[in-house]
Amino acid sequence: MQIAGFDSPMYSQTIGQRVYHYPDLKTLLAKASPERSGDQLAGVAAHSAEERVAAGMALMEVPLRRFLEEALIPYEEDEVTRLILDSHDAEAFAPAAAFSVGELRDWLLSEQADGETLTRLAPGLTPEMAAAVSKLMRNQDLIAVARKCRVVTRFRSTIGLPGRLSTRLQPNHPTDDAKGILASTLDGLLYANGDAVIGINPASDSLAATLNLLRLLDDLRNAYAIPTQSCVLAHVTGLLSIMERDVHAPVDLVFQSIAGTEAANTSFGISLSLLQEAWDAARSLKRGTVGDNVMYFETGQGSALSAGAHGGLDQQTCEARAYAVARRFQPLLVNTVVGFIGPEYLYDGKQITRAGLEDHFCGKLLGLPMGCDVCYTNHAEADQNDMDTLLTLLGVAGVNFIMGVPGADDIMLNYQSTSFHDALYLREVLGLRPAPEFEDWLLRLGLMTPANRLAPRGPALPMLEYLQRL
Amino acid sequence: MENSAVHADSWQALRRFTDARIALGRAGHALPTAAVMAFQLSHAQARDAVNQTVDFSGVATGLSALGFGVHHLHSQAADRPEFLKRPDLGRLLAEDAQRQLQAASSTLSGCEVVFVIGDGLSAWAVQRHAVPLLAETVARLAGIRLCPTVFLAQQARVALGDEVGAALQSRLVVILIGERPGLSSPDSLGVYLTYAPQRGRQNAERNCISNVRPEGLGYAAAASALAGLIREALRLQLSGVGLKLEEKLLVAGAGNDLLPAGSIAEGV
Repeated sequence: MQIAGFDSPMYSQTIGQRVYHYPDLKTLLAKASPERSGDQLAGVAAHSAEERVAAGMALMEVPLRRFLEEALIPYEEDEVTRLILDSHDAEAFAPAAAFSVGELRDWLLSEQADGETLTRLAPGLTPEMAAAVSKLMRNQDLIAVARKCRVVTRFRSTIGLPGRLSTRLQPNHPTDDAKGILASTLDGLLYANGDAVIGINPASDSLAATLNLLRLLDDLRNAYAIPTQSCVLAHVTGLLSIMERDVHAPVDLVFQSIAGTEAANTSFGISLSLLQEAWDAARSLKRGTVGDNVMYFETGQGSALSAGAHGGLDQQTCEARAYAVARRFQPLLVNTVVGFIGPEYLYDGKQITRAGLEDHFCGKLLGLPMGCDVCYTNHAEADQNDMDTLLTLLGVAGVNFIMGVPGADDIMLNYQSTSFHDALYLREVLGLRPAPEFEDWLLRLGLMTPANRLAPRGPALPMLEYLQRL
Repeated sequence: MENSAVHADSWQALRRFTDARIALGRAGHALPTAAVMAFQLSHAQARDAVNQTVDFSGVATGLSALGFGVHHLHSQAADRPEFLKRPDLGRLLAEDAQRQLQAASSTLSGCEVVFVIGDGLSAWAVQRHAVPLLAETVARLAGIRLCPTVFLAQQARVALGDEVGAALQSRLVVILIGERPGLSSPDSLGVYLTYAPQRGRQNAERNCISNVRPEGLGYAAAASALAGLIREALRLQLSGVGLKLEEKLLVAGAGNDLLPAGSIAEGV
């Protein structure tokens, strides 16, 4: 690789007789990205397999410091860029400051980079550095390094501890019907799901509907003293206005979809200052019992492009930049919804798998409590077998949480995710247990045995009493 | 036959409250075989709906009985994989189709409403529901000048209708198109209406009726909504957010917390 004159940076790589030129860092990153339909749709992908590897070879030699000098989206134009550069921790960065991107990969995989070292390094890495190194890593590298990163967060349960796997219980209903949602919620709890959060995607965006759903979940949680948190995945402005009107509103977590460019976030109707406001409001309610991580963010490769706001960046680099936004607000949960967006962004099971592993790795490396909605739509070239594969790989990689959807079929959002049973499968084959507070609760109610298995059920199951009220 | 390896759930009565796949029971911690196969059947039907080619000759026969002629069109997406990867190409007419449309425009131009039927993401939706819905709709449109030719478009996205409407200088274009199949709804038909169609129209400038199928929004109800929208759009000379319809008739598409508003239509 060469970096030509200081004023006109140009990256290039010679392969045999052919010289590949990359005018700037964002082009180099895009061309080095593993193949995916979204980058092709955006017109930023490599045009040949050789060009892709040549870009990787050039990227391998780029000094990490370069990422602090060459902003992918200008500092003046983008508040996410400003957040990334202004919050960069030079002291934390020091151990890696002399590395190139390729050297960072080698070091991350080495014995020197243990969990504690990686935790200390996280504030010194920018999203672009994480994205860059991920592009030089094979799937096994993404798994091996992510597994060393531990990110533990707390509200009423502790999520992300070694040997644990939590789930978001997702009891959606196409008309927000209270009984329908409660039926799915109880099914999930009886299947030992819901220790990360019980989170509803509302069909209606009205504040009244949001408040009804919040109360529905809060009443159930209180009735059985369930050590978990609830969330209605409405727009942050809605939850903010609910919290402003009533300081006793049962808002545990504030949800928001976020992206990696200011323009994309604007299209979502959010800004850093709005998120800050919501963060402050939710923390002031002091509803957490074992911690005060109150934010729940969702992301996903392709969302910036879908909003026409990718700024010429590849979709995986955009995604990593969204993690800078998330990191600012010390979230309880960050969920990359990997296959939801459709085949024009991630075409098939192979691309979805790769993206899921990249997102989990980049998020963990940057210090985020990463979970993954392992999912696909019916027009993607994917099926439940692909989900089994990604689910298993993420379990090995130490993912903090996955989704629990009845029978893997979300009847409101019309896509397929992972089921309550899938979570039990992963816990069983990898010897993982629920969050400790939730596990104690399951044992107390006799829903689970100390051997980490579901208990045989009789008709006298205590929670079935709640169903009689329906 | 009783299977002792399967634990049935004692809360199966809860199924009456939701179509979600709850109380499925378990074999070990896994889904019982019957539940696995039921899921696979649903997914297979959704996949077939996406990948199969619409039998437009059957659709043409049905339209002929309603008194419509047909004209076949193709988008710039060459095949299904390209259609799925490049939504932009599915919104543009193939060059030969553009030429044919120009030739036809001398006799067909200046209607109030032109109907387009596009395959979109579900061949099953188009084959099953396009003709019955049009039959019910046309019966409610007395006095409105309809284009006597219905355009049948392959590898089509919603905005392809704009190309047709603009070429024929029609006041309104209505495209009936297969929606992205859900696991329990492989054959949902979507209907999009655009006033003063032209290239570059945004989704906010359209009105949508979603989930048209007997198990969702039935033909008669959908046709009433559509005829109402058509008359109002012609009267007010607009479509989109400015054009209201009784809310109960608008069945929302797939909710979506990740994508901005309008992306549902993009997905089609």
